[in-house]
Amino acid sequence: MTELFTDAPSYPMRRTHPLAPPPALDELRHHRPVCPVTLWNGQHAWLVTRNSDVRKVLGDPRVSADPHSPGYPSLSKGRSEAPDRAGSFNHLDPPQHDVFRNMLSGEFTVRAISRMSPLVQHIVDNVISSMLAGPRPVDLVTAFALPVPSQVICAILGVPYEDHAFFESRTATRMDLGASPATVRSANEEILSYLHELVARKTRHPQDDLLSRLAVRHVLSGSLTHEALVDMARLLLVNGYETTANMLSLSVLALLQAPEQMAELTRDPSAQAVKNAVEELLRHQTIVHIAPTRAVLSDIEVGGQTIKAGEGVITSLASANQDDDVFEDPQTLDISRDARWHLAFGHGIHHCLGHPLARLELQTALGTLLRRIPALRLAVPLSDVPFKHDGGLYGVHRLPVSW
Amino acid sequence: MKAVRAMHLAADRRRCIGSGQCALLVPAVFEQQDSDGRVRIHADHVPDASSDDLHAAVQMCPVQALRLEA
Repeated sequence: MTELFTDAPSYPMRRTHPLAPPPALDELRHHRPVCPVTLWNGQHAWLVTRNSDVRKVLGDPRVSADPHSPGYPSLSKGRSEAPDRAGSFNHLDPPQHDVFRNMLSGEFTVRAISRMSPLVQHIVDNVISSMLAGPRPVDLVTAFALPVPSQVICAILGVPYEDHAFFESRTATRMDLGASPATVRSANEEILSYLHELVARKTRHPQDDLLSRLAVRHVLSGSLTHEALVDMARLLLVNGYETTANMLSLSVLALLQAPEQMAELTRDPSAQAVKNAVEELLRHQTIVHIAPTRAVLSDIEVGGQTIKAGEGVITSLASANQDDDVFEDPQTLDISRDARWHLAFGHGIHHCLGHPLARLELQTALGTLLRRIPALRLAVPLSDVPFKHDGGLYGVHRLPVSW
Repeated sequence: MKAVRAMHLAADRRRCIGSGQCALLVPAVFEQQDSDGRVRIHADHVPDASSDDLHAAVQMCPVQALRLEA
């Protein structure tokens, strides 16, 4: 296996433009769609870059999402030495994974989420009103992109929003690939001990929220341990807003950098136009930009290459979403194209549980922002916008805007 | 005259993870059960083989739980 990996470029690759995936991914997709790469610790893994191959790998029951499986690729020191615990079912395989996911599927159906539309609209309206009442220029991340999904997930789970500064700062540490294992571990422990208290309160005094329902249905009945619900709460809280927050600020920035697309959407911010634009933005700005990662449990064949049991695979969603076998002129942001084949929410059994909620939030937030502040503009040159190059999720740290 | 092709649409509910991709794409055909999110095909639905959306929903299912057969 070592001989095979002699010509293995470093991964992740570098971007040359902050709003486009690394050009090296295009090269690989055309010339070596299943390519060995070298990770930060010298570990080797296979990088899969074609849309069809990414689907194939993520849909294959012979791959494992469990970081303890032999060969599982490590993307950072902090993450590999402070892995998540059991209730984080995005890193579990069947049958354990299915037990956790089944407890939540009914809560995140398209119908259940569509009932939350008035709540999401109400939060978006209030956040935009506060932003309009404040000074200009303003950082769109702290004034808009973060508070909208953070307030929504707090309302759904029953987490007091007053505590947002606490969990937002710990989450930022967890997502920083450059953070030391000790820092990541203590950030994890602080969030978990906070949620431990909260879940215990919900179990004693259930309210009308998701964590209370899970506590009553599963913890009190003995089908879920208190600790597992705490882990699940962490997964839902963190993945419930950090993802959408990054996607929201990147969406606004991508539109501001494509003025004719921005003008088109501002002219017609109808529900259908916004819905289509959101799918294209999810394709064009894939925040899960260096993952998902998997370990192979028994030999599989992908794109003519055999990947052996005990080897690691990285499936590039960012590259799959730029595949010109699927999308014409993929580098161009085109809000009227059919972008449905994008893989921004992944594929296979770990396909994003919250995608209907993410879509509802992005559509509501973006549509309302363009209707209420059509003159929105970037307040600094693009070169002054700090990007999350070292983030497990891509995004911007700050986005100064004005109108 | 255009022949109407008889199609059979099937959902494997054991394989389904309740992602709702199909219900989002073709709500006239697919819905999710409230309790577990798993797919149900509307009983009165006659599959239209010429529907791009229907083919897309079948192919896009994250866990290949849908089948459309002639």
